[in-house]
Amino acid sequence: MIKLENITKKYTSKGKQIIGVDDVTLSVEAGEVFGIVGYSGAGKSTLLRCINLLEKPSSGKVFVDGVNLHELSPKNLRKARQSIGMIFQGFHLVSSKTVFENVAFALRAAGADKKRIKQRVEELLALVGLEDRRDQYPAQLSGGQKQRVSIARALANQPKILLCDEATSALDPGTTKSILSLLKKINRELGLTIVVITHEMEVVKEICSRCAVMQDGKVVEQGSTYDIFSDPANPLTVSFIQTVLNFDLPEELLGEINGKLVRLQFKGSIAAEAVVSDMLQAFPIRGNILHGKVEYIQSKPLGIFVMELNGNEAEVNKAIAYLRDKVSKVEVFDDGTRNRHLA
Amino acid sequence: MMERVIAILPELNQAFLETLLMVSIALAVAILIGLPFGILLFVTDRGLFLENVLVKRVAGLIINLIRSVPFVILLVFLLPFTQFLLNTTIGPLAASVSLSVAAIPFYARIVESSARDIDKGVIEAAIAVGASPWMIIKSIILPEVKPGLITGLTITAISLIGYSAMAGTIGGGGIGDLAIRYGYYRYDNTIMFTTVIVLIVLVQVVQYLGDLVARVVSKR
Repeated sequence: MIKLENITKKYTSKGKQIIGVDDVTLSVEAGEVFGIVGYSGAGKSTLLRCINLLEKPSSGKVFVDGVNLHELSPKNLRKARQSIGMIFQGFHLVSSKTVFENVAFALRAAGADKKRIKQRVEELLALVGLEDRRDQYPAQLSGGQKQRVSIARALANQPKILLCDEATSALDPGTTKSILSLLKKINRELGLTIVVITHEMEVVKEICSRCAVMQDGKVVEQGSTYDIFSDPANPLTVSFIQTVLNFDLPEELLGEINGKLVRLQFKGSIAAEAVVSDMLQAFPIRGNILHGKVEYIQSKPLGIFVMELNGNEAEVNKAIAYLRDKVSKVEVFDDGTRNRHLA
Repeated sequence: MMERVIAILPELNQAFLETLLMVSIALAVAILIGLPFGILLFVTDRGLFLENVLVKRVAGLIINLIRSVPFVILLVFLLPFTQFLLNTTIGPLAASVSLSVAAIPFYARIVESSARDIDKGVIEAAIAVGASPWMIIKSIILPEVKPGLITGLTITAISLIGYSAMAGTIGGGGIGDLAIRYGYYRYDNTIMFTTVIVLIVLVQVVQYLGDLVARVVSKR
């Protein structure tokens, strides 16, 4: 659906050349929710804005639905943009227009007639749950409601793609959840391809089937969200995942540990408890669960347990070998101070 | 003293109407020409959707040229032009020519600077939905800048009331003309004070109305 080929974006700021996006090649399949994660300044926003050419790349090609956007005339580019909706962190609603008029504007831009506009706007406001706000001005709405209006506006012309530029970063956690479930619903029910950029791994975990991690204008890692969470390769990815899956243990507790510290990762449907209890029955050792969590990523479980194993060293090693055989990943930390590398 | 004022009342009344006429014509021209000019300056600026360095520079230069000439000089300088246009250089209509020329760049700059206060993201969002430049100007920029346009019009009107007094001195008529003729040439302080009071009241009313409308129009 979206293909970016060798996108590079350079700026000159105060006489110095800055590379915003550095040779990025990406493709997003139709119907998926794709996440681009990175800290601010990583170039993810610039990259996203290249998709509808709000930002003209210095070099590289942008294909949307097989069409090379650079080759379009201004008029046809405007047409193409009507099939790429976009929402923003700051909502960007017109303060002098009511909710109805804000959404209607997108339809008027596409040349729809009055009757069609009225019908479509009402449809959209029902979709985002704001039917009773149609005559209010943006200043009278909460952040979440404003974002819903901007989603309605972005969807007005039945786009195939929705670009989300830090769409939930200005919202509180509860509102973020409700906006994310709205996006999920849109993706599911309307079959929209969604590209989300964010610095919150929580957002990726919640809605993205695949994601890319960006740093200094480059994509350092990409893959399915589940794989990224279960086997992150890049240190930056690891640190992002830590924001969601944090297994740091309190210092006091670490001081009391005298056995071996192991971290077990269970993928998919393997029943974690059963493996652990089988292991404890098979070997004459004591196990002590210090931390554990099962996260559902794209509704697939990913379980992580941190255990202390006590007993005869040979038996403990045998038990670890047994675990390696059964679970997807086992990490052993002989030295408790390696705690901070745990996640 | 009261008799003096009453005796002059018909003349005062006419002068007042002349001032209103001059200022109104100049304001109308400011809206008709100054407003589009101001919008042009804004949308051709760097980073905006009709970015055009040449147009921006030329428009900016014309405006600065007019604005750098003090109004009294502009008044005299434009006399031949007024003569050509209206076949006379006397009266409130003639005076409104130079007032209009002064009002255009004045208002254009105010329009430009209030347009700069629009959240750029709002314009960007309009570009992202595929709106044409004309639609963005008509349906986004103009409504968003409306309170600023009205505040700017108030400022322009009050400046023009001041300028109209200068125009009055070279035969334009109006309250300024009255003040000079009676107050300055004839040392008639009563008339002088009366005109000052009329002007103070006029400015206050204009400011009050301007603020009121701007507040009603603003949805922020």
